[in-house]
Amino acid sequence: MPAADFLLPKLGADMTEGRVVEWLKKPGDPIARGEVVLVIETDKANVEVESWAAGTLERILVEPGDDWLPVGTPLAVIAGEGAIAPPPTAPGAAAAPAPKPAPVVATPAARPAAPAPRPAPERVHVSPIARKRAEALQLDLAHVAGTGPDGRITLEDVERAAAARPAAPTKPADRQARMREAIAAAMARSKREIPHYYVGTTIDLSKALAWLAAANAQRSVTERLLYGVLLIKATALALREVPELNGFFVNGRAERRSNIHVGVAISLRGGGLVAPALLDADRQPLDALMRALQDLVQRARAGSLRGAEMTEPTVTVTNLGERGVETVYGVIYPPQLALVGFGAVVERPWVVDGQVLARPLVNATLSADHRATDGHRGAIFLDVLARLLQEPEKL
Amino acid sequence: MKNEEIRTRVLEVLARIAPELDSAELAPEANLRDQLDVDSMDFLNFVIGLHKAFGVEVPETDYRRLLTLDDCVAYLAGKIR
Repeated sequence: MPAADFLLPKLGADMTEGRVVEWLKKPGDPIARGEVVLVIETDKANVEVESWAAGTLERILVEPGDDWLPVGTPLAVIAGEGAIAPPPTAPGAAAAPAPKPAPVVATPAARPAAPAPRPAPERVHVSPIARKRAEALQLDLAHVAGTGPDGRITLEDVERAAAARPAAPTKPADRQARMREAIAAAMARSKREIPHYYVGTTIDLSKALAWLAAANAQRSVTERLLYGVLLIKATALALREVPELNGFFVNGRAERRSNIHVGVAISLRGGGLVAPALLDADRQPLDALMRALQDLVQRARAGSLRGAEMTEPTVTVTNLGERGVETVYGVIYPPQLALVGFGAVVERPWVVDGQVLARPLVNATLSADHRATDGHRGAIFLDVLARLLQEPEKL
Repeated sequence: MKNEEIRTRVLEVLARIAPELDSAELAPEANLRDQLDVDSMDFLNFVIGLHKAFGVEVPETDYRRLLTLDDCVAYLAGKIR
């Protein structure tokens, strides 16, 4: 039977390294295509990684541990039909520098080897808050002496051990810093490679908001819709009409995608941001999309996302209006082709049929890759978007 | 339910939305959204949390009566009595 290495996948254009958190399969287990095999920590979240092939998990090459491994590192061997197929990579992989050929047992030279194997997790008694703090500090609990009841590791123990730790490694120590680094890399690449153009328009939201208020008045609080869902759905539907904004710029050319997976920019408490996908947003009814968004935001903030959500977004929507900003000038997340930004809804004078009326207005902007489209197509997109938001009942 | 108990439960709901919340530092008369940097999704989850904790249905039109911690306590006290 053919066998192939299961490689550390590139879960997003800005990912260069990952860490094995947990194997959900053990050697000998059958694996279906698309089944979650393990959890990888990236700069942005813990991501459940699916198998690209069906077969049997023959051998695990990298056990969960503290080492950050380069993308492409073999993690396991899978035997079976189709195992020779290459793993999916983020669309940006081709444009990014190719990862160095990775050794099978990968320990990047820059990182000191772990001094001792860590004991099985269940043998370490740790208070939840101490565990959380240790994770934030990237402190190995195996090396922390517990002073609590039954040798339990307390928050104080963690803080003390962290303070006594030798000089920090050259790499940023916590996820915050790593995330900042990843965002920096992606945004620098965007501004370096993508010739952005920007177009914007003001959209009257009175119909959309009146429809939403009426719909929500009929609903229990657990079933209410957020205004942001209307924006996401309208964006997805508008992309059907202007499909050349939906996809990736890879291998020197724009590639449209037929599926519309809308990446939603989600700011994280304490800083940083992640933009995982709402899959097939154009095809989901508003209620389903709302539930999916709630779930996605919750998991993004808890740091637990799925591989496809990280690799699949074909466009990004960002709504920065919550804090009163009126206009977004967005930076495209490479290798996507466009980013749609919304500012705050503000009540302003607006001329309707020759009369000046107070209306809730929003500035919508499109940042798009000029290699793929021109401002004219961008203008048509915004026009369609504005029209769709005048008929909220059809969203 | 006494107001102090309502306050405690509201703070519990808030803590699930803003885990870093230090209730001692929360100004009861100041805007919650500003103090805790909550967005509309957080606020919806807060209202859902109140719904679960107190069994009250909070219509959207009442959201403006939940701007501060004191507001929340007064509003809920009126609802559950």
